[in-house]
Amino acid sequence: MSAGALLWRAVSGGALAGQRGRVALAVGAIALGVALGFAVTLVNASAADELAAALRTVAGTADLQIRGPRNGFDENVYGRVARDPDVVTASPIVEVEARLEGHDEALRIYGIDAFRAAAVTPALIGIAPEPLDLLRPGRVFVSPAAARALAVAPGATIEVQSGLAALPLLVAGLLPAADAQRFGVMDIAAVQDAFARHGRLSRIDLRLRPGAPHASVAARLRAILPPGVTVATPAAHADDTVRLSRAYRVNLDALALVALFTGALLVYATQRLAVARRRASLALVRALGLTRRALVGYLVAEGALLGLVGAAFGLVAGYGMATIAVHALGGDLGAGYFRGVTPTLVVEVPVALAFVLLGVAVSVLASYLPAREEARTSLAAALKAGGRGSVVHAQRLPHVAWICVAAGVLATALPPVDDLPLAGFLAMALLLTGTLAALPWIAKTALAAVAVPRNVPAALAVTRLRATPAEAATSLAAIVAAVALMVAMAIMVASFRTSLTVWLDAVLPADVYLRAGAAGDSGYLSVDAQRRIAALPGVARVAFTRWQSVEVAPGSPRVTLLARDLADDDVARTLVLVAGPRPAAAEAPALWVSEAVADRTGWQPGDTVDLALGGGSYRFTVAGIFRDYARQHGALIVERRVYRRLTGDDVANEAAISLAPGDSAGTFAATLAQRMPEATRMAVTTPAALRALSLRIFDRTFAVTHALLAVAIAIGLAGLSSALAASIVSRRREFGALRHLGMTRRQIAAMLVVEGTVSSAVGLVTGFALGGALALILIHVVNRQSFHWSMDLAIPYALLATLAAALLAAAAATSLASARQALRHDAVSAVKDDW
Amino acid sequence: MIRLDRVTRRYAGPPPRLALAQVSLAVAEGEFVAIVGESGTGKSTLLNLVAGLDLPDSGSVSVEGTELTTLDDDARTLFRRAHIGFVFQAFHVLAHLTVAQNVALPLALLGHDAGATRARVTAMLAAVGLDDRGASMPHELSGGELQRTAIARALVHRPAVVLADEPTGNLDPVNADRILALLRECVRAEGATCLLVTHSHHAAARADRSVTLTGTGLRAVAVASAPR
Repeated sequence: MSAGALLWRAVSGGALAGQRGRVALAVGAIALGVALGFAVTLVNASAADELAAALRTVAGTADLQIRGPRNGFDENVYGRVARDPDVVTASPIVEVEARLEGHDEALRIYGIDAFRAAAVTPALIGIAPEPLDLLRPGRVFVSPAAARALAVAPGATIEVQSGLAALPLLVAGLLPAADAQRFGVMDIAAVQDAFARHGRLSRIDLRLRPGAPHASVAARLRAILPPGVTVATPAAHADDTVRLSRAYRVNLDALALVALFTGALLVYATQRLAVARRRASLALVRALGLTRRALVGYLVAEGALLGLVGAAFGLVAGYGMATIAVHALGGDLGAGYFRGVTPTLVVEVPVALAFVLLGVAVSVLASYLPAREEARTSLAAALKAGGRGSVVHAQRLPHVAWICVAAGVLATALPPVDDLPLAGFLAMALLLTGTLAALPWIAKTALAAVAVPRNVPAALAVTRLRATPAEAATSLAAIVAAVALMVAMAIMVASFRTSLTVWLDAVLPADVYLRAGAAGDSGYLSVDAQRRIAALPGVARVAFTRWQSVEVAPGSPRVTLLARDLADDDVARTLVLVAGPRPAAAEAPALWVSEAVADRTGWQPGDTVDLALGGGSYRFTVAGIFRDYARQHGALIVERRVYRRLTGDDVANEAAISLAPGDSAGTFAATLAQRMPEATRMAVTTPAALRALSLRIFDRTFAVTHALLAVAIAIGLAGLSSALAASIVSRRREFGALRHLGMTRRQIAAMLVVEGTVSSAVGLVTGFALGGALALILIHVVNRQSFHWSMDLAIPYALLATLAAALLAAAAATSLASARQALRHDAVSAVKDDW
Repeated sequence: MIRLDRVTRRYAGPPPRLALAQVSLAVAEGEFVAIVGESGTGKSTLLNLVAGLDLPDSGSVSVEGTELTTLDDDARTLFRRAHIGFVFQAFHVLAHLTVAQNVALPLALLGHDAGATRARVTAMLAAVGLDDRGASMPHELSGGELQRTAIARALVHRPAVVLADEPTGNLDPVNADRILALLRECVRAEGATCLLVTHSHHAAARADRSVTLTGTGLRAVAVASAPR
C-alpha cells in the first residue's frame, strides 16, 4: 500500500466505512439537492428551448419582424414597408387564437400570403394534394402535433369560433413543421374575412438584402410605422416570450438551491461530528508528522468524494424527477406559462457538469470548515481529549454574523438586476448565513434563560446544553435553515392567498360574467350582441370590456389594455388601488395602471403619458395604480367610452352583468340560452366559480413550491437526527460513566430527550424568527421585483403553531430513537478503555 | 461484604472466551483488597460482576448481603447508585459540569436536598485537597486533580463499596503515589470496602491484601495473599 493510500486510510477510510448510515444520509441530501435543482433547470430549459424552436419555425428565415397590438395594425403599412430598398421579401401574416368548437382551448391560426411566405417561412406552407387549397377560404393546414391532438387527418373538418358563430374549416393537408407546437395555417384573406380582421395585419416578416445592416433598416422602418407598431428581430420576440416565465423559473431554481444548501448543512453537521469522533486518531497521525494543510486536504477530499457520489446520484434522480414532472405538471411545472408545450428533455452536458460541480463544491465547503477547525486544534489538547472530554469555551457573537445581517438588511433596499430580484435572494442568503454564524451565541443566550429543573436528568441535560452551545448549534443548523425557509414560505403564501382573496372579492362585483368564447381571441361580442344582452330580462346593468394589447415602453413586452364601461363609483369599488386616485383633465383622460406597469415605466398618479392606440398616439393622465394578480406583465384600464372614441373599435370581449333583485345566475343563463341561440359559444360563469378557479390555479402554482419545501424540511429533520445520533454515539463513555454512577437507562434516555427537545425548541424559535424576516423579504422584495405583486402581510398562526408542535414532537421522537439506539450498548463496553 | 461463589462467566465471542471459571472470593467489610493479574485474566469481568454491570453464567455474587444475580437491570442500577462508588483510570469527569457539580452528581441522583449536598461536597473537596477548585471546569484541572475529583465523587454518597480500576494508570509515579494514599485514606475515613484493580505490584502493596487472578489456559484461579 502506498504512503498516500495508507495516510488516506488512516485519516478517512476507516471513518467512512465505519459510518455508513451517516455517510449515506449526507450523500442522499446532496443527491436530493442536485436532483431538485437539475430537474427544475432541465424542465425549464427544455420547455424554453421547445418554445424558442417553435417560434423559430413560425418566424422562418425572417431577418426582422413588424408586430402590432392584439387586434393588429392597418395593412397599408405593408406597402410602405415592402417598398424599402433593403427589403427583399415582406410576408404579411394575421394571427388568430381561434377557439375550437366543443373545446375550452384555442388553435392558433396563421393567415399567410403563400407566395411570399414560401420565401420566408416555408414551414408554414402546407403540403397540399390540391395546390389551390393554399388560397381557398374555408381550408386549413394543421401541424402534425395539432392533427394528433385533434385526432384529425386531411379531409376532416374542424369547427372554430368567429364572433359568436361557428366556422367550419376543411383540413386540406398537413404542415411540414416537426416540432410539438399545435397550429394551423390558412390563406391571409380567408382569415381576415372569417375573423373580422378586414384590413388588419398582425405582423410582417421581412427578409433583407444580403449584407443590409439590420439595425439601420430597423431604425428606418421604425420611422414610418404608426404608433404602437414595432420592428425587431425574431430572436428578440422569442426572448420576450421565454422571458415571460423567467422570474418563475429563477424562483424555482432558488428553491432548489435551498434544498442543496440545507443538504450542505447536513454534510457539515455530519462531517464535524465525524471529525470530532476520530479526533484522537487524527491527532495521532498529526503527531506522526502529517502537516495541518495535508490533514485539511485529506478531510476535504473526503467531502469532495461524498459530493461527487451525491451529485452523480442526483443527476440520475433529477432526470427521473424531470420526466415525471413534465408528464404530471407540464413544461412550466404547473405555472401556466407554456400551455400546450410538452418538452422533450434534452440534457446539456455543461449544465449537468455544473450541477456536479455545485454538489462537489458545497460538500467541499461543508467539509472544509470542520477540517480547518480540527487542524487548528492544539495537538496536545487533541491527544488528551479522549480522557477529558471536550473543552468548553465562552461563545461570543462573531463579527461575521453582524456583518452578514447588516449587509442583508442593506441588500433589501437594492433594485432588481435585469428584472430579477437578485439582491432579494442575496439578502435572504446573508440573513441566513448571519443567523447560522450567530447560532452558538443564540443558543448560549437562549439556554442561559432556561431555568435548571430539579429533576436530575433534566438538570443534567440543561447544564450540558448550556456548556456546549457550539455543539447544540451544529445540531441545529440544518433545522434552523429548513424551518426558517418553511416559515417564510408559509407566511408569504398565506399573505399572497389572503390578498388574492380580497382582490377577487373586489374585482368581481357583478352577479354573472359572460365571455365571448371560453378560449382564444376569435370570439367577440358585436354591437348587436351587446345590445341584445343588455336588453335581456333580469339584467339590471351590464358593463362590457374590450381587451387589447399595447406597448408601454419601447422594446418591452406588450401589456393588456382593458377598455371598460365604468360607472362613477366603479373605480373605487372594483379596483384595489395602491396609489391614487387622481383627477384627470378632459384632454388627457384617466388611465389606471397596474403595479407591474408602474414598476416598469415609473409612472405615478398625476403623470401625463402617451399611449399608442388604434394607430394613433394619445395623451392620458395616470389616475391611479392598481393591484392586479391576473396579469403579471402588466395591465392598463381606460374607460371604454374613451377607447371607442379613439379607436372606433366597438366590439367587446366580455360582460359583467348585475342582475335585478330576485334574479339568479341560473335564471339568467336559461334566459340567455332561450333568447340568444349563439350563447352556446359564450362562457357564462359566476364570481364564486371564478374565485374557486383562481384559487385552484394559485394552489397548483405553489404545489411545486410546497413539495420542494417539504423536501427541505425532511433534510433538516434528517440533519437534526444525524447530528443528535452522532453526538449521542460520541458520548457513549459519558453515558457509561453515568450508568456506573447509578443512572437508569430510562433516566439517561429522558436526559437525551430533554436535551433534544430543549435544543430543538431553541432552533425552532430561531427558525421562526428568521423565517419571519425572510417572509418580509419574500413579500416586499422578491415577489415585488419578480412578479410586481404587492400583498398585505397575513400570518397563518394556526398553521405555524401546528408545524411548530409537529416539528418539536418529531425532534423529541428523534432524540428518543437516537437515545434508545445509543443505550443498546452496555455500560461496560462504553467505558472499556478503563475496564 | 462482598462474596463471589463459584462464579463462571463466558463471552459468546467471536471468538468465544471463558473469562472466569468457578472463581470464589470473599472480602470483609472495611477491607482494601487489590486484584492483580495479567491482561485477559478476568479482572475487569470480576469488577463488572461486583458492580452489577454484568451477570455471571453460573454462581452467585452478593454485595452487602444482596444477591445481585436475582435483581433486574433497574434494581441493580438502584443498588449501584446507593452502595457503590467508582474510580476510573480515565477519570470520566463530565466536561460540562464544574468540579463541585461532578462531585454532587451521586447525591443528586439519590435525591439529597441542596443544603446537605453542598455541605457534603464541600467536605469531600476539602478531604481530597480541592477545596478551592469547586467552581473550576474539568479542562482547567491537571490529571491528578481530575482523579481527586473522581475519588471525591466515588465517596460523596458514602457507598459501602468502592471499585477502583487502575486509578493511577494515567498518572506519573509521584502523583500516582499521592492518589493511592488519598484513596486509601478516604476509603478508610468513610468506612468503605475497596476493590482495587491494578497491574502495579507497588500499588497492590498498599492494599490490606492482594488477590491474583492467574490464567491457566482458559481458567483463572484466585489466590489470596497473606493479609498485611
